[in-house]
Amino acid sequence: MPNSKTYKISFLVLILILIICFFVNISFGSVSIPLKSIFNSLLGSADNESWQYIIQNYRLPKAFTAILVGSGLGISGLLMQTLFRNPLAGPFVLGISSGASLGVALVILGSGFFGGVFTTLLFSKWSVVIAASLGSFLVLLAVLMVSSKVRDTMAILIIGLMFGSITAAVVSVLSYFSSAEQLQQYIFWGFGSLGNLSWYELLVFFSIYVVGILLSIVSIKGLNTLLLGENYAKSLGLNIKQSRLIIIIATSLLAGTITAFAGPIAFIGLAIPHMTRQIFNTSNHKILLPAVFLFGAIVMLICDSIAQLPTSDYTLPINAITSLIGAPVVIWLLVRKRKMMF
Amino acid sequence: MTNDTKHIVLKTEQLSIGYTTKKKETVVASKINIELHKGELIGLVGANGIGKSTLLRTLTNVQNPLSGHVFINTINITDFQPEDLAKALSLVLTEQVASKNLSVFELVALGRQPYTNWVGNLTEHDINSINTSLQQTNIEDLKHKKCFELSDGQLQKVMIARALAQDTDLIILDEPTTHLDMYHKAYILKLLQRLAKETNKTILFSSHEIDLAIQLCDKMIVMTKDNVISDSPCHLISKGVFKTLFPKDLIDFDENSGSFRVKK
Repeated sequence: MPNSKTYKISFLVLILILIICFFVNISFGSVSIPLKSIFNSLLGSADNESWQYIIQNYRLPKAFTAILVGSGLGISGLLMQTLFRNPLAGPFVLGISSGASLGVALVILGSGFFGGVFTTLLFSKWSVVIAASLGSFLVLLAVLMVSSKVRDTMAILIIGLMFGSITAAVVSVLSYFSSAEQLQQYIFWGFGSLGNLSWYELLVFFSIYVVGILLSIVSIKGLNTLLLGENYAKSLGLNIKQSRLIIIIATSLLAGTITAFAGPIAFIGLAIPHMTRQIFNTSNHKILLPAVFLFGAIVMLICDSIAQLPTSDYTLPINAITSLIGAPVVIWLLVRKRKMMF
Repeated sequence: MTNDTKHIVLKTEQLSIGYTTKKKETVVASKINIELHKGELIGLVGANGIGKSTLLRTLTNVQNPLSGHVFINTINITDFQPEDLAKALSLVLTEQVASKNLSVFELVALGRQPYTNWVGNLTEHDINSINTSLQQTNIEDLKHKKCFELSDGQLQKVMIARALAQDTDLIILDEPTTHLDMYHKAYILKLLQRLAKETNKTILFSSHEIDLAIQLCDKMIVMTKDNVISDSPCHLISKGVFKTLFPKDLIDFDENSGSFRVKK
């Protein structure tokens, strides 16, 4: 294969940056902990108990969550862009996040609306997670059904936007009936958060994430074939229906669980694959998939470090940071390249 | 190009093509009996809307025949597993490739998909086969270019190279010369003629370049309103088939030069 050497170097560099970002991310927080103590607590021989507690039960899970969120969203964006032959596709644009938000809104706000037994049955962290996953899966299914009827990919994007509007409408209806406390809870969920996961929740998150990643890896060959377009893919013996289903399940598992556990994180899914293509200059998914994984994780760690507002007590909503970084990148790509490719 | 081997690669039996909707059956053409042999270059011609695309879609198993059968290497096309059909038949379509960010090598390499493992790793044999296809189509110098950097003519050569890399007995091209200038039309068809001879593959293409097809093809399939005839170009001319191809008010076929003339 051509250029395999340069790819190897780029991968090594990305891995190095990832490790550095990981430690930088852990060292940032409202409590400043010296770097030496951080290494000590990671090795389990901390000189300060509360520092060790902060690192082991707060900062480490948060850093891991950032890695899972960034890589998972990046990969699901990559899958969507290839599947829909559309460089603007991504979990956010296609309304998957809206679907998840709708599910969560129904659970958090709807509990007031439906009242009674429903409330006690549904209201827990896990119900939020399940509602978000279900919501995103249903929206993706709807997008898929439409995409099989409508040839025009722009129409699919507009449908994604429509789902966003429907969500907003349902949320405003529901919020009319819900208490201030519930509303606040929903809004905080919408800010996105990487820091609220316990090790146990992280384990559940990770298990579903691994299934999504495995399905993506299995799809690599099919994804590459799809770069030629569906008719060519068919002529190469690809079972379109089956690969399309696997890709969609992988995406909804990844984007769905991420939104469920970390809230809607904007723009990462759309921007990361494009930024990665700029670096690696290829469309081959065998290269892109691991590259997007690394790059997504790095960017998310950086975004989270910025959100910590180093040396201050404030934590900014992560969703705002990713939009602030992601949107200009997309604009820059469009202006500089005149054309987005996938 | 006399056929010392009479090996039949593609054969249709009383094939009837068209569309079925809930209410009725629309027959586009019927009683199609054609035989294509190994190493032949075959041109499919006919007026717009006569059903060339429908015929190609049926021959490539994209749509089902209304009745009759299509055989590739004596196996009924509907009995093929998708992977096996991909090893017997490759296509060059009119549609653009979805991603123009692919390099020429990557695109041609995708032709090896039916042979590669689950993740698509190329073996040495695959790479040799890709390089041979690049040589045969004279595009080795484009190997590392991106598709969006190529002209239409170059892109068409790349697509042909991809079909060659798929290593099939039969290659079917849907209007490979549209969007090309006169020189490149001739270039592509001449290339196809050479490939059929060199690689002993059967190459079927549809085209509106009747003049060129008459000069280059071993056999032509002519679709008219009433029937589908396949024969060598010379026989077709002497039978006067080309005169029935179009309405006679504007153009007429000149048998001596083998080309169409505008009526003065």
